[in-house]
Amino acid sequence: MKFKFIILIFICSNSLFAQVNLLSLNQLESRFKQGKDTVYVVNFWATWCAPCIKELPFFEELNSNYKNEPIKVILLSVDFKSKLQSAVIPFVKRNNLNVEVFLLNERSEQDYIEKVSRNWAGSIPVTWVINAKSKTRNFYEQEFTFATLEKVYLSNK
Amino acid sequence: MKNLRLSLKSGLFLIVMLAFFGIAKAQNGLQIGDLAADFSLKNVDGKMISMANYTDAKGFVVVFTCNHCPYAKLYEQRIMDLDVKLAAKGYPVLAINPNDTKDYPEDSFENMIKRSDEKNYTFPYLIDDTQQVAKTYGAKATPHIYVLQKTKKGLEVKYIGAIDNDTENISSETSTKYVEDAINALLNNKKIAVTQTKAIGCSIKWKTAD
Repeated sequence: MKFKFIILIFICSNSLFAQVNLLSLNQLESRFKQGKDTVYVVNFWATWCAPCIKELPFFEELNSNYKNEPIKVILLSVDFKSKLQSAVIPFVKRNNLNVEVFLLNERSEQDYIEKVSRNWAGSIPVTWVINAKSKTRNFYEQEFTFATLEKVYLSNK
Repeated sequence: MKNLRLSLKSGLFLIVMLAFFGIAKAQNGLQIGDLAADFSLKNVDGKMISMANYTDAKGFVVVFTCNHCPYAKLYEQRIMDLDVKLAAKGYPVLAINPNDTKDYPEDSFENMIKRSDEKNYTFPYLIDDTQQVAKTYGAKATPHIYVLQKTKKGLEVKYIGAIDNDTENISSETSTKYVEDAINALLNNKKIAVTQTKAIGCSIKWKTAD
């Protein structure tokens, strides 16, 4: 009985990992407020964006290299919501992403781009680094290497 | 000798500073109300195109776009439709590909020719080889639109941003068509309701200094 239960949990958690939930900017904000982590590294990406995909491993690496520190790496996809089942979830499964992946749940680009940063012209990849303790928010409309990403994290720590 | 070296040094410093400020200014790019500089860029038919060539135009829809970007592809038909609709009203489309073609061969001049032939573009598709036009305009993404109006002062920037607020093209009936609305306002001597929007898309692929 116990054994079956453990298997059930195992199956559930496995399928949970491959799941991608929707996340609105408001939900993200409350996460910054209530989360136990200090630094949030939020990368805006999409399955169709080649330079975004190129830098995803660096976010994985940052997450695993600093897993003992209060850092949370979030990959926030700006793919169309209609692509959740057909593109985003298969992509996450195929690439075995370990960091948290969400699909942005906002109505229009015109609303959310301005809300995230007035300086965001609209291209991706972009990365948002929030320090919940010191209340600093920095926004990077650029592509990263692991070295430059690590530097950005350390400078926002 | 020392003096010469010193003056050489300060001269060099001045040049570096000038270059720095030049770049800093270019990165900010054009704002609404600024005057846009004309350019001379090579079209897919091999001819050089400048806005000065269009003596009858009332203005222009300058579109930074490219072949490879999925967002540019999503908007391609709408860019073609814009030219059909707006060239007749005096606002022709001028499409410019600013991308580094070395890293993105799909955006090469040969592939631009292919693409415009396949799709029968009714507008010029220009290559911004030095990326200088994109830098001067301050273009960041593809597609990124600048609506210019010919005034006594010059080519005045009237709108910057996206074509509409419905990238996925779910419903052309309910979407807000920023570019068309801006030009209709210009044609009717009315104030443009929305002069600036965000253009989500692929970042422009800048050449790396190597």
